[in-house]
Amino acid sequence: MVSALYGAVESGLIYAIMALGVYISFRLLDFPDLTVDGSFVTGGAVTSVMIVGGVDPFTATLAGAISGFFAGCITGILHTKGNINPLLSGILMMIALYSINLRIMGQPNIPLLNENTLFTTISGWWEAMNLEAIFMAPFNWLGIADFAPRSFYTLMSLLVVIIIVKKLMDFFLRTEAGVTLRATGDNAKMVRSFSANTSLYIVIGMGISNMLVAFSGAMIVQHNGFADINLGVGMIIIGLASVIIGEVLFGKDKIVRMTLAVVLGAIIYRIIYSLALRVDFLEASDMKLITAIIVVVALVFPNWLGHSNAKSQYKKSKARATEKKGEIHLASTKSNS
Amino acid sequence: MLQLNQIHKTFYPNTPDERQALVDVNQQLDVGDFVTIIGSNGAGKSTLLNTLAGTIIPDEGDVWIDGNNVTGFPEQKRARYIGRVFQDPMSGTAPGMTIEENMMISLGRTKRRSLFRGVSKQLRERFQEHLSTLEIGLEDRLNTKVGLLSGGERQALSLLMATFTEPKILLLDEHTAALDPSKEELILKLTRELVEKHNLTTVMVTHQMEQAIDFGNRLWMMDEGKIIFEANGADKDRLTVADLLQNFQDIRGKKMASDRALLAK
Repeated sequence: MVSALYGAVESGLIYAIMALGVYISFRLLDFPDLTVDGSFVTGGAVTSVMIVGGVDPFTATLAGAISGFFAGCITGILHTKGNINPLLSGILMMIALYSINLRIMGQPNIPLLNENTLFTTISGWWEAMNLEAIFMAPFNWLGIADFAPRSFYTLMSLLVVIIIVKKLMDFFLRTEAGVTLRATGDNAKMVRSFSANTSLYIVIGMGISNMLVAFSGAMIVQHNGFADINLGVGMIIIGLASVIIGEVLFGKDKIVRMTLAVVLGAIIYRIIYSLALRVDFLEASDMKLITAIIVVVALVFPNWLGHSNAKSQYKKSKARATEKKGEIHLASTKSNS
Repeated sequence: MLQLNQIHKTFYPNTPDERQALVDVNQQLDVGDFVTIIGSNGAGKSTLLNTLAGTIIPDEGDVWIDGNNVTGFPEQKRARYIGRVFQDPMSGTAPGMTIEENMMISLGRTKRRSLFRGVSKQLRERFQEHLSTLEIGLEDRLNTKVGLLSGGERQALSLLMATFTEPKILLLDEHTAALDPSKEELILKLTRELVEKHNLTTVMVTHQMEQAIDFGNRLWMMDEGKIIFEANGADKDRLTVADLLQNFQDIRGKKMASDRALLAK
């Protein structure tokens, strides 16, 4: 149970990078981007092929992320230059990427078990510095060694990665270019009237969004130990679920707070996922259905909550009004008598 | 500063819906000129303004701004020279972003947007200084989302954002038409102040003849895509609403179709 939770947090941290990408397209650019299903795999495919080919895993991961950047740019160009509806340009790109990913991989599945990945490299450093024992010490001291994760290096290194990604994003989204990118999704007409090329911002924004998605895919294949052509199916919904859960539970106006909310949303999604898997009558294959239900609940529940609040307030105000009437009535009868 | 050479624009050419929106418009504005444009609906006021802004490219003729032929420039490229305030107060600002962030976007109108610079302390002080000239307390609300402001406040902010970076041309498209009378007065007062302060060359479209007479040193009256009457300097100062109506009748041989209350207020 405990190790399953740590596992959920680990993969949550990796999926958080993808969710941040989805946040850029879905929320900031107001562009529901289905490229994600394809570009997630593209990142994983490029990285795993390069790793199998003996390339250093850091370079391979970077290359995977960059491949996603180009995929996203193409979706953006389809929409801005080709005047194709955003949803359709994403679907087109997703379908195209399926074939492209198969071409890159050469086969539907690439095992990475005995390869030199990011995680094996980091684990090597970790052992060299003997950090595992240092992190383990407090658990041993408190006598709760059973509650410690099997190893700290994945968790800690992922934590560092996600903090770096989040900080970079926070910084970028508050620069002049970043603010303009956010405004493009908010009021494109206004942005154009202040001499910004909205098409360019959409293309670059989609590139950055899918770069994060592909980066996440590149990490996942190394974490899982294999790349699979169907890895990305339903990825956009997982991203949306993370963004929405984060917004509902932790969301605030400030961009720094929003990126944090998205990261936490992704982790919580993975925890819900792993808990759902432990329920006996559910199978792993039911997960897509559960994801869809989570998104629907997360989308509907806040509305429903707001509505019922408004309703109860209406009832209260009505009750108050009748009370007042009653008093007036009482008063009038008194004066009569 | 601004030159319009033989501008023609026809909508839906060679169809039954063909409509000549602009016919042979030749005009020139000097630095600091303030022209008001009046005319009934469909007279071509908005088409003319959009031709200046670059949202409509004319079929024939050139637009020159500050010695540059900008005829083929797309909207965003032309915006380097142009500040705009729209009729709808919601159009000129980004509702989901703070006042400070909106100001930062307007700052980027004249130069390349930086990938590394955010809002600095100096910049914030500069924003506050400009916002305080509006005298509606926005300077203390830099981190408020613009979507939370009232229509009048948003339009005042739009006006400030369009002017404080000193565009070559300021375009005002019936920018008070959607506001209630008290807010309208505020925006008109601010328009006068800001245009004077930055000595802006301004083109203002309006539905109200009184406004058109009150503001600026030049006036164009449009009908059926043509500028049928203009008054400059001292001539314009002597104009009255009655004169305008009479002129229109004399020139066109018909009464001005008042689609909205042209004499309102």
